[in-house]
Amino acid sequence: MLELIVNVIEQGLIYGIIALGVYITYKILDFPDMTVDGTIILGAAISSILIVNGVNPFIAIILAFLGGALAGLATGILHVYLKISSLLSGILVMTGLYSINLRVMKTSNISIPNKVTVFSLLGTLIVIVLFIFFIKLLIDLFLKTKLGMLLIITGDNENLVTSLGQNIGTMKIMGLMLANGIVAIGGALLTQYMGFADMSLGTGTLVIGLASIIIGQTIFKLPFIKETTMVVFGAILYNVLQSITLNLGFPASDFKLISALTVITAFIISSNKKVLKLKRGEKNVRN
Amino acid sequence: MLEIKGLTKTFNTASINEKRVFENFSLTVSQDDFITIIGSNGAGKSTLLNIVAGSIPVDEGTIKIHDKDITKLPEYKRSKKMSRVYQNPALGTSPSLNIIENISMFNNKNKNFGLSFGVSKKNIAKFKEIVSVLGLGLENHLETKISMLSGGQRQALSLLMATLTKPEVLLLDEHTAALDPNTSKKIMEITEKIVKEEKIPTLMVTHNMNDAINYGNRLIMMDNGKIILDISGNEKKQLTADKLMQLFKDVKTNSVLSDRFILS
Ligand SMILES: Nc1ncnc2c1ncn2[C@@H]1O[C@H](COP(=O)(O)OP(=O)(O)OP(=O)(O)O)[C@@H](O)[C@H]1O
Ligand SMILES: [Mg+2]
Repeated sequence: MLELIVNVIEQGLIYGIIALGVYITYKILDFPDMTVDGTIILGAAISSILIVNGVNPFIAIILAFLGGALAGLATGILHVYLKISSLLSGILVMTGLYSINLRVMKTSNISIPNKVTVFSLLGTLIVIVLFIFFIKLLIDLFLKTKLGMLLIITGDNENLVTSLGQNIGTMKIMGLMLANGIVAIGGALLTQYMGFADMSLGTGTLVIGLASIIIGQTIFKLPFIKETTMVVFGAILYNVLQSITLNLGFPASDFKLISALTVITAFIISSNKKVLKLKRGEKNVRN
Repeated sequence: MLEIKGLTKTFNTASINEKRVFENFSLTVSQDDFITIIGSNGAGKSTLLNIVAGSIPVDEGTIKIHDKDITKLPEYKRSKKMSRVYQNPALGTSPSLNIIENISMFNNKNKNFGLSFGVSKKNIAKFKEIVSVLGLGLENHLETKISMLSGGQRQALSLLMATLTKPEVLLLDEHTAALDPNTSKKIMEITEKIVKEEKIPTLMVTHNMNDAINYGNRLIMMDNGKIILDISGNEKKQLTADKLMQLFKDVKTNSVLSDRFILS
């Protein structure tokens, strides 16, 4: 029983990292980014293939981050320079990533020997906690810097970024790269944790991220808790709920439906509470 | 100095909705000009400001600031030279950030947005003083998120932030139109104070005849993409709202007449 609880929390924390990536695009950048459904597998694929080939698992995670950032760059370029809508840009890159991921992994499923993961160093839970602690801390610090605040403004009021003499497109691309890099780290950690990488890992990542954000911001909304903390707690609670449903006898495959229903319910309940709504209600009219 | 020369602009060219707003339009704004612009709905006032700011491209013509041609410069690069305040108070501030963060960001305008902290402690006293000039008591709520402020408070801050780093041109498009009469008056007074003290060449669009007369050194009336009245100095000082309304009506009937003339 204790082991089950620890497992659920560990997995929840890893999903916390993924949810933080989604938080950056969805809540800060105001961009519903479907890319993440592919990026999480890209992170898993890069990390697992490198480890199988004897690369240090920490370096594998750094390279996964870079791979994820490249995917974000692709989505950003489609959206900013080719003026493709945010949703479609993400879907296009996600679709393309499916083939790329298969090429990276060469098969649709790789297993990793568990002696050579980042977790073998200090013990699984400690390593996961350290990872999420540092990622969360870095995000919190970043959002206090000039560049970080400019990213917040990018999601808040595009017009203002222009008024500050800065290029809005560059800012969006940067945000997408950062977010997808973080999601890829989550994917890399997830494979090292589970001991395998699998092409089916990605489906529903955006929705799971959103569900975590909603749960976190609904249940843990207290004045002294940072939004990023709420998101991580939301991800843990989401995983707890998932494991409860599994233990109630629902097949694991039902959980995607349950996640979608969670998000829909949250939309209905919070339609006037702005938990999940995109920030820009109205288009920027200038007259 | 701002120089607009030979400006031509048509919306929806070669479609059923084709609308020619400007044809060979020219305007020179000198260094000490504070110009108020009036004119009926659809006269082209906002389009003019949008073109100067670079949010709308021109078909023909040139725009120069201090003899430097900026016609082809993208909007965000032009922003380094000019600032705008819009009618909609939501456009001038960032609601998720607090007052001090908003001000700090504008204090950094035209500089590098890097990884140093957005709000530096040593500036807080200075910003407090700047905000207190508004006389709204906001200096005691610097940590308050903008989303908690009223439209008037946001507009006052927008104006302050737009002029924090002195722009070479200030563009105001009905920036008091969404406010109640008292707040509107207050914002106009702040506007005048800043424009005078900082000596910023300014274009201010308004539908308030009294404001158009009472503020600024030069008044322009636009109709159908043309300047139909351009008065300054003593002549402007002697204007009254009644006289201006009469001029306004005369112009309208004249243009209706000439339209009829063309039709017949
Ligand atoms: N983006 C656009 N596309 C098509 N037509 C436009 C566009 N912007 C403005 N127009 C047209 O150009 C003309 C001038 O509009 P503009 O907004 O400049 O008027 P205005 O003088 O600011 O009026 P108001 O006093 O109502 O603000 C109008 O006929 C308008 O319909
Ligand atoms: Mg207008």
